[in-house]
Amino acid sequence: MEIEQLEKVASQVRRDILRMVHGCQSGHPGGSLGCTDLLVALYFEQMKLKEENGSVVFDMDGKDEDLFFLSNGHISPVWYSVLSRKGYFPVSEMATFRKLNSRLQGHPTTHEGLDGIRIASGSLGQGMSAAIGAATAKKLNKDTNTVYVLMGDGEQQEGQVWEAAMAAPHLKVDNLIAVIDLNGQQIDGPTIEVMDNRDLGKKYEAFGWEVLNIEEGNDMAAIVKGLYEAKSRLGHGRPIMVLLHTGMGYGVDFMMGSHKWHGIAPNDDQLAAALAQLEETMGDY
Amino acid sequence: MKKYTFTEKKDTRSGFGAGMHELGKSNPNVVALCADLVGSLKLGPFIQENPDRFIQCGISEANMIGMSAGLTIGGKIPFATTFANFATGRVYDQIRQSVAYSGKNVKICASHAGLTLGEDGATHQILEDIGMMKMLPGMTVINPCDYNQTKAATIAIADYEGPVYLRFGRPVIPVFTDADQKFEIGKAWMVNEGTDVTIVATGHMVWEAIQAGETLAAEGISAEIINIHTIKPLDEEAILKSIAKTRCIVSAEEHNRIGGLGDSVAQVIVKNDLVPQEYIAVDDSFGESGTPAQLLEKYGLSAAAIVAAAKKVMARK
Repeated sequence: MEIEQLEKVASQVRRDILRMVHGCQSGHPGGSLGCTDLLVALYFEQMKLKEENGSVVFDMDGKDEDLFFLSNGHISPVWYSVLSRKGYFPVSEMATFRKLNSRLQGHPTTHEGLDGIRIASGSLGQGMSAAIGAATAKKLNKDTNTVYVLMGDGEQQEGQVWEAAMAAPHLKVDNLIAVIDLNGQQIDGPTIEVMDNRDLGKKYEAFGWEVLNIEEGNDMAAIVKGLYEAKSRLGHGRPIMVLLHTGMGYGVDFMMGSHKWHGIAPNDDQLAAALAQLEETMGDY
Repeated sequence: MKKYTFTEKKDTRSGFGAGMHELGKSNPNVVALCADLVGSLKLGPFIQENPDRFIQCGISEANMIGMSAGLTIGGKIPFATTFANFATGRVYDQIRQSVAYSGKNVKICASHAGLTLGEDGATHQILEDIGMMKMLPGMTVINPCDYNQTKAATIAIADYEGPVYLRFGRPVIPVFTDADQKFEIGKAWMVNEGTDVTIVATGHMVWEAIQAGETLAAEGISAEIINIHTIKPLDEEAILKSIAKTRCIVSAEEHNRIGGLGDSVAQVIVKNDLVPQEYIAVDDSFGESGTPAQLLEKYGLSAAAIVAAAKKVMARK
């Protein structure tokens, strides 16, 4: 897909995120807006997905296709929007986000049978382990497709992340591309103040990963280029780590760059002000 | 009293290793994972014959559980193995979210459960694992009674779709069940039919219950002994049928009194048919260093303790 088209999808996804969170007055818009461009690039350009008659189809095993895991499950709005816009479930279902009897739970889950999701996340630090397992299963199955996992930078404070970080290079899981959303913010404030991760690139390199940076993590052309670069380095005995430099709340001027919009919903006026900044390109749900 | 004899003593963990060895030959989807304890888990033969289907995770249990969940995506049947303490309490949240809530076909196989690992002491003697695992929706909890039954259970859970916690131990104990038995998940095994008192036991306590039954028989008391190898789902029908006859029950387990088999049995009783119950279990405490025999004696998990509990509960009828 052309960059311009991907940007149009991203604009609609940002509208979806804001309207979902506003609709239930609950959820996490900041990280969702910051990772919008990445998820659009993955699902609409980068990933090989199983399709029948031009529509995506879902099965839990995910053999012969690329897989994506969202470890920082609280940014579920961006994933739900991208999955539905890609065709995994009706866009109208976004109106049920975080409401009773919905398949769109606050944090993603397999429990309600929502196509596109293969494991629950929300309690942080667990996604990369699952991705390593899925990547290992692919190798055992002689399936040459790629596994992607997205984590938050605050999430790097979880101990399990470093167990997984140690295991992936040791086990030569070289069909895995991990991405850290490096927005420098977490609930209680800037990451550097809450618990400084210091130089994540050097840490992952020391653990045996191949690390690359996408400095403009909200620039579609830069993301697509970076993801193709990451993919070109697969298959050489090492997992790939992409440090994606994003802005929390990107795309809405009064939400950008602050931890304040990590986990609160806009009111009616704020929603209107935000939507005025984002073109409706695919029709609101 | 039906007579049970044995010609050898073996550890239940070796039954697990033997089961894995067989699964290595019979089921190409079985993958073993271990957190730096392959000798203790008796995985040697499986690893030797299936090196590509073994993943050494190092001392990283949380990652092992997560990787196991991921392996199911792609159709693998992961057996995640370590000591019971590190397989449950240490990784409860990983099991809860990535395995149980996600409905993943992961087999958590835990050795050195209970007091009878002995000298290592309380840090390793988990007595809360049955409680933690049975509280997870959708989790099956199995605690077999000897080498042969552990081997059969290991093979059986590979064919069952869903998360399973399989608990076994370190000490050598009599091998008294059939080598070629078929293991039915959720189906209690009637060890001895009786009329005066029901004794439901799990794991290592089944042999103690059999010995208690012999002592009671010598005193003219007819004990009905049931092996509850599957604690969840519990064979409620077997328990209700038995207490309808005996009108009293003793539960016996190598676990904390709170949250184990005894509490599951009590729920069945209070909801259906109220009869007196006595618990043979560790009385809400940690363990300590000692030999398995010393510990079972000190913490009241012996055949003699079961005999006393049976008499006490009969007096409460």
